[in-house]
Amino acid sequence: MKNLIILGAGTSGTMMANHLRSKLAKNQWNITIVDQFKTHYYQPGFLFLPFDIYTESQVKKVGKKFIPKGVNYIQKKIKQIFPDENKVALEDETLNYDLLIIATGSKIAPEETEGMKGKNWHKNVFDFYTYEGSLALRNKLREFKGGKMIVHFTEMPIKCPVAPLEFAFLADSYFRKKGMRDKVDLKYVTPLGGAFTKPKATKALSYLLEEKGIEVITDFDIEKVDNDLNQIVDYGERAVDFDLLVTVPTNMGDKVIEKSGLGDDLNFVPTHPNTLQSQAHENIFVIGDATNVPASKAGSVAHFEAETLTDNILLYINNQPLKEEFDGHANCFIETGNNKALLIDFNYKQEPVEGTFPFAGIGPLKLLKESIFNHWGKLAFRWIYWNMLLKGIAIPFVSRNMSFKGKVFDIKSDQK
Amino acid sequence: MALKTIAGVELEVSEDGYLKDMTQWNDEIAKEIATEIGIELTPKHFEVLNYLREKTEAKESLTIRGVGKSGIVTIKELYVLFPKGPLKFSSRIAGIPKPTSCI
Repeated sequence: MKNLIILGAGTSGTMMANHLRSKLAKNQWNITIVDQFKTHYYQPGFLFLPFDIYTESQVKKVGKKFIPKGVNYIQKKIKQIFPDENKVALEDETLNYDLLIIATGSKIAPEETEGMKGKNWHKNVFDFYTYEGSLALRNKLREFKGGKMIVHFTEMPIKCPVAPLEFAFLADSYFRKKGMRDKVDLKYVTPLGGAFTKPKATKALSYLLEEKGIEVITDFDIEKVDNDLNQIVDYGERAVDFDLLVTVPTNMGDKVIEKSGLGDDLNFVPTHPNTLQSQAHENIFVIGDATNVPASKAGSVAHFEAETLTDNILLYINNQPLKEEFDGHANCFIETGNNKALLIDFNYKQEPVEGTFPFAGIGPLKLLKESIFNHWGKLAFRWIYWNMLLKGIAIPFVSRNMSFKGKVFDIKSDQK
Repeated sequence: MALKTIAGVELEVSEDGYLKDMTQWNDEIAKEIATEIGIELTPKHFEVLNYLREKTEAKESLTIRGVGKSGIVTIKELYVLFPKGPLKFSSRIAGIPKPTSCI
């Protein structure tokens, strides 16, 4: 018997377990998945939880429910990977592998910024990338009487790069609905050159910030959070005051990657961008947020990667050349507030453009334009996630590689 | 994309002035882009530019933290070299793509 081990039972790991169990002969391959945590979170829901759009129970389920029969599920802490010996040390046992899939994701590292995880952490300085942070922020927002609010992210790459912007849009709607928008001074602070950074999106979407009265502060590389003055300060000594700071800290790969000597500066694993094989070890494959590939860190990307990776695992086992197929395809709904959303579709090379999705000329979803239908799509996605995506069921009409049909590659300005 | 003559060479650049092809870059091009931004390049600037180019060639992500750990400059010094948008301006002068998000 041969052993395939999957590290991490999040979105990517769970999908790979489901894909591979039905494709690898049970009398030849044992499949083991390791994750220390019992709960599987619907992470896109962390965006909605603070605004009382979702409840706690809608964003978490018992992880075991999604692991297929015939896969050995070990709930233990991973201590270290020994790639030269094909071994993984867990807290109290060591596993041997023939093939390893790393799906350990990415995590926030607020301790990387001075003062961020200080005395005001989860008091008036919040993250919303963890269940705890998102829930604490919901309770804070319920009693928030107004003042200076900053929505901020520290540095790229972050998981779901549009989430901070969506958070700002949803905050605007939330305060309007509560009749207190005039009491909140809402600022969006970004290390990049603008809230939008791609030319076509900038042309099509810049009106959103103006319409919502959100002030944008650009090129802000945070040095520290000052917990006495309630300010964020950048390396150029610019300071922005806040009463409530919602931040996305530096995102990093799991500590076990660093400990095992497998990561880059940010503990992401150097990975071939088209095959998803690790650059350093041919029997290690990497998927989802754990890779260093220049795709967005998002569930949809993991979903498309899982399809290519499944094929490549089978090719690798049969000693055949791997497919250099994965193109960085991402497909994401972006909440813009007031029960509307955008949809974007892009890959490594092609920036998001306008058009229709998934059917050329028909839609029904519109790309890069606000619509109520897109918002329903985003909310419906929670059902798709729990019932289709995690189980490795292909989403009808949406292919792993980006389609260029039905898309407009030359957007004129002033279009809404 | 548009064509622009920089230091006597006709180059393809993005709408905000970033080189399309990083291999067309040379010191003279760097100096001219820097002058346009209002920065006079010193040998220290070039150390940073070459570091950024090496990282980009190796397809590694460029971060302010990474530059700070590089041993070439601290983040504070990077701000002094490239004021008001260190990564944005240093990338443009280094002839590498603009740091972006997905939209």
